[in-house]
Amino acid sequence: MTKLPAKVIQSVLAGLGRFSLMVAEVVRSLTTQRLSGHDLMNQLYFIGVKSQTVVLVTGAFTGMVLCAQTYFQFHKVKMDTATLAVVSVSMCGELGPVLTALMVAGRVGAAMAAELGTMRVTEQIDALRTLATHPIDYLVVPRVVATMIAVPLLTAESIAVGILAAYLVGVHLLQIDPGYSLVNMQRFTDHRDVLMGFIKSFIFGGIIATTGCYKGMHCGQGAEGVGHATTEAVVYASIAILMSNFFLTLLLTRLLALT
Amino acid sequence: MIEVRQLRKRFGDQQVLDGVDLTIEKGESLVIIGRSGGGKSVLLKHLVGLTHPDSGQVLVDGRDISHLNERELLAVRRKFGMLFQSAALFDSLTVEENIAFVLTRERNHPPEEIARRVAEALEMVEMPGIQKRKPAELSGGMRKRVGLARAIIYRPEVVFYDEPTTGLDPVVSDSIDKLVVRVCERLKVTSIVITHDMRSMQTVGRRVAMLHQGRIYTSGTPSDLMASTDPVVSRFVRGISDAKEHTF
Ligand SMILES: Nc1ncnc2c1ncn2[C@@H]1O[C@H](COP(=O)(O)OP(=O)(O)O)[C@@H](O)[C@H]1O
Ligand SMILES: [Mg+2]
Repeated sequence: MTKLPAKVIQSVLAGLGRFSLMVAEVVRSLTTQRLSGHDLMNQLYFIGVKSQTVVLVTGAFTGMVLCAQTYFQFHKVKMDTATLAVVSVSMCGELGPVLTALMVAGRVGAAMAAELGTMRVTEQIDALRTLATHPIDYLVVPRVVATMIAVPLLTAESIAVGILAAYLVGVHLLQIDPGYSLVNMQRFTDHRDVLMGFIKSFIFGGIIATTGCYKGMHCGQGAEGVGHATTEAVVYASIAILMSNFFLTLLLTRLLALT
Repeated sequence: MIEVRQLRKRFGDQQVLDGVDLTIEKGESLVIIGRSGGGKSVLLKHLVGLTHPDSGQVLVDGRDISHLNERELLAVRRKFGMLFQSAALFDSLTVEENIAFVLTRERNHPPEEIARRVAEALEMVEMPGIQKRKPAELSGGMRKRVGLARAIIYRPEVVFYDEPTTGLDPVVSDSIDKLVVRVCERLKVTSIVITHDMRSMQTVGRRVAMLHQGRIYTSGTPSDLMASTDPVVSRFVRGISDAKEHTF
């Protein structure tokens, strides 16, 4: 019976080791190899441009529900005009980055794992290696870089749309005073909230792409292996995003307070 | 050119290679035969450094490649071309982009040169004019030809073929065998062909090595093997299964 936990721990540690080696290889490739602009553009298009609908819809409805719920509570204590301030601070620092990252993990992380996994089981990754091309340089680096660029931009869009949608709901549906609301919003949202969201989304982008690529590159045999890799890529990335978000909030709040 | 010494590899509790010794001379065409699941593909992957052995050495021009890291191996593999069992074409790229892959990545070839060399390579494999097609639109035999074009366009010194005729009908198989011979003669490359197809063996091979139970059981000319009285060899070349043995 003591064999089983030992085996599990061993395989978890081996997985973490392989993951770290992959990340180290990505960093080495970034510093020593030239990144192809063409590959990067393709990935940016797929990851950034094509994810916009999903991210905008998520942002808008999150802003709307947040506005409504906050208003219902604040109205009881006659603080109606602080509603948008709450929406804006939570969208910038927490909800914008986290929800955008989760949506992108579902769309892009899964696609990466499936695509690289299929390439692995059909020997295309081995073929790359015989064609004197490092799979990290050709497959992983463009995806990681593109995701780390795209996720912060998508997050900014999502936050902007979320606040706009909240404003429309608040002012037109719930009859909050627009002037006071906007003044309060600007007073309570400062550059630290925006910076926090930006740093978080950059890190989340890295988590999504490295997890998706890792799961694809190390996927098991056959269609089943690809299926597993895809599911695990989404699950692991989502958990990593939610957990790291908590620690990032604590850490970044301290760090940014110094500025 | 390539020398294998006491190569061993195990997957789980299955000892796939159990002390393989093999020497491949420059310019020769060697056929490796053996049963399905006998470890032929695994051996080939060791020769090009796609897999690391548990023990033993693979010497390429006198240099042991079994300990090199992936970046060092990339330079060694520039001498090698490999045709995979499934052709392993990149299905997101067109035929032309597949074949030009190495040249495009090297960044020092002008587009006109690349286009000309792609056309030449396609000519060589008798598939002219299919540059713009996608791999999904091609038949099995065509894919193998495109895979071969991709492997020879950068003029490697050694070409490895993993079961080039498996899964093809006899007529197409024969044309692929003739293609292998022609590529070998025209480009003056060393060829290493894995097969369990006896007709291929006789068309392509000058020398044949038989992999059996993780070792090179015997080697000789194709006619030596066909005439062999050794029970293991003669059963294999005539395709007779042994009731006492497990067959997979
Ligand atoms: N990556 C791998 N992991 C586990 N087992 C493997 C792996 N590659 C090959 N094998 C096993 O090694 C044996 C030999 O496979 P292979 O070399 O493909 O045979 P063949 O001679 O038909 O080409 C098979 O039983 C296969 O299951
Ligand atoms: Mg095989």
